[in-house]
Amino acid sequence: MIELLQEYWRPFLYSDGVHITGLAMTMWLLSASIAIGFLVSIPLSIARVSRKFWVRWPVQFYTYLFRGTPLYIQLLICYTGIYSLEAVRAQPLLDSFFRDAMNCTILAFALNTCAYTTEIFAGAIRSMNHGEVEAAKAYGLTGWKLYAYVIMPSALRRSLPFYSNEVILMLHSTTVAFTATVPDILKVARDANSATFMTFQSFGIAAVIYLCITFLLVGLFRLAERRWLAFLGPAH
Amino acid sequence: MFETLLQTLGLARFSLKGFGPLLLEGTWMTIKLSLLSLLLSIVLGLIGAGAKLSSAAVLRVPAQLYTTLIRGVPDLVLMLLIFYSLQTWLSQLTDAMGWDYIEIDAFSAGVVTLGFIYGAYFTETFRGAILSVPRGQVEAATAYGLSRGQRFRFVVFPQMMRYALPGIGNNWQVLLKATALVSIIGLADLVKAAQDAGKSTYQLFYFLVLAALIYLLITSASNVALRWAERRYAAGSREAQR
Repeated sequence: MIELLQEYWRPFLYSDGVHITGLAMTMWLLSASIAIGFLVSIPLSIARVSRKFWVRWPVQFYTYLFRGTPLYIQLLICYTGIYSLEAVRAQPLLDSFFRDAMNCTILAFALNTCAYTTEIFAGAIRSMNHGEVEAAKAYGLTGWKLYAYVIMPSALRRSLPFYSNEVILMLHSTTVAFTATVPDILKVARDANSATFMTFQSFGIAAVIYLCITFLLVGLFRLAERRWLAFLGPAH
Repeated sequence: MFETLLQTLGLARFSLKGFGPLLLEGTWMTIKLSLLSLLLSIVLGLIGAGAKLSSAAVLRVPAQLYTTLIRGVPDLVLMLLIFYSLQTWLSQLTDAMGWDYIEIDAFSAGVVTLGFIYGAYFTETFRGAILSVPRGQVEAATAYGLSRGQRFRFVVFPQMMRYALPGIGNNWQVLLKATALVSIIGLADLVKAAQDAGKSTYQLFYFLVLAALIYLLITSASNVALRWAERRYAAGSREAQR
């Protein structure tokens, strides 16, 4: 166990000497996909609750597709499936994009988390207090101002508990990245396992690292909730 | 039959190239695996919820540890950890006991692993649901002279199910999608079948999309079933009029 740690602590945490690996890679995957997913899901969630059918429907179809299929298959399609198409390889730009495992992985993860986040935000917009919107309209706010100053700030705050769940689920989902040869924590654990045959210890170390990140994220989100959801707490 | 249909429709490029039976087998494997692990995890969840709500710390503390640890670690990590260690532990046990060597096959190891992991999620679902049953219901049942077992079977359980169903539905969807990962530990499920078929026909994209559509079909069908069950268990409850 000690030898295993001595030999593998560096790849487990940040680098194998050549590439970024382990914890640093997992955190990069997580933050990149969460950031893209968050930014794209805001306009999508507004479209999702639109009264116009042809605005709402494409978004609904997208979330239905990505929430109804496993992330592993989405990753396989992005990484091996798309690149196996002749048309993609013929296009220089697409070819260089899909040849890189990192691009495919982040694309698949971002698309996946964006679908879940869109539904979370759309739910929060839908459960918006009608009085709040009426008051905003009475003040003369319309169009994007209504959304930017009243609806979205309120909806994003109220979706914080659900959003924190989604971020933690996404952290857990990043483990499939190793199937696309991305050297995340689990990949290092597998390498350690096949080199030393210390199965329980190798995967155990990975499990402990993931557990620590989970607890850290839970703690951070609790702080965020205390700050942004203070108005929902008991009156002082 | 399916092949001739494709031929007559002029969709020969969507032919399964003889991999239809393999895909069906993989689908059946996925369904079998997820249903059996669902069963195991519901049983574990009920036991865990009982232990977590118990007044004895001997039961409460291990259950708390179980749910916190399992839910804090990614399912794939646990899957690899348990799956590869299970045989070692079993061999050590049989050695220590002087029994014959028992070999566990990949399928039952997969069921045990998935069931054990999702048992932790079900524990939380059932604990929340049991807590949602009004206290007066149990008190009334006690007043009628029902025993502990009868109280659970006739009073708490039917009411608990209504609160638990949305959670059960969620967990089932997550569990079903998690079974896609068992191909990583070498089980011949739908994903593995699609990959094999795709690699040997050089139509990886087509077969993977096909697998995704099959998953979509299963999740959509279970959504319909769950909505039906929610209506059934909501009998006698009234939604607030807004």
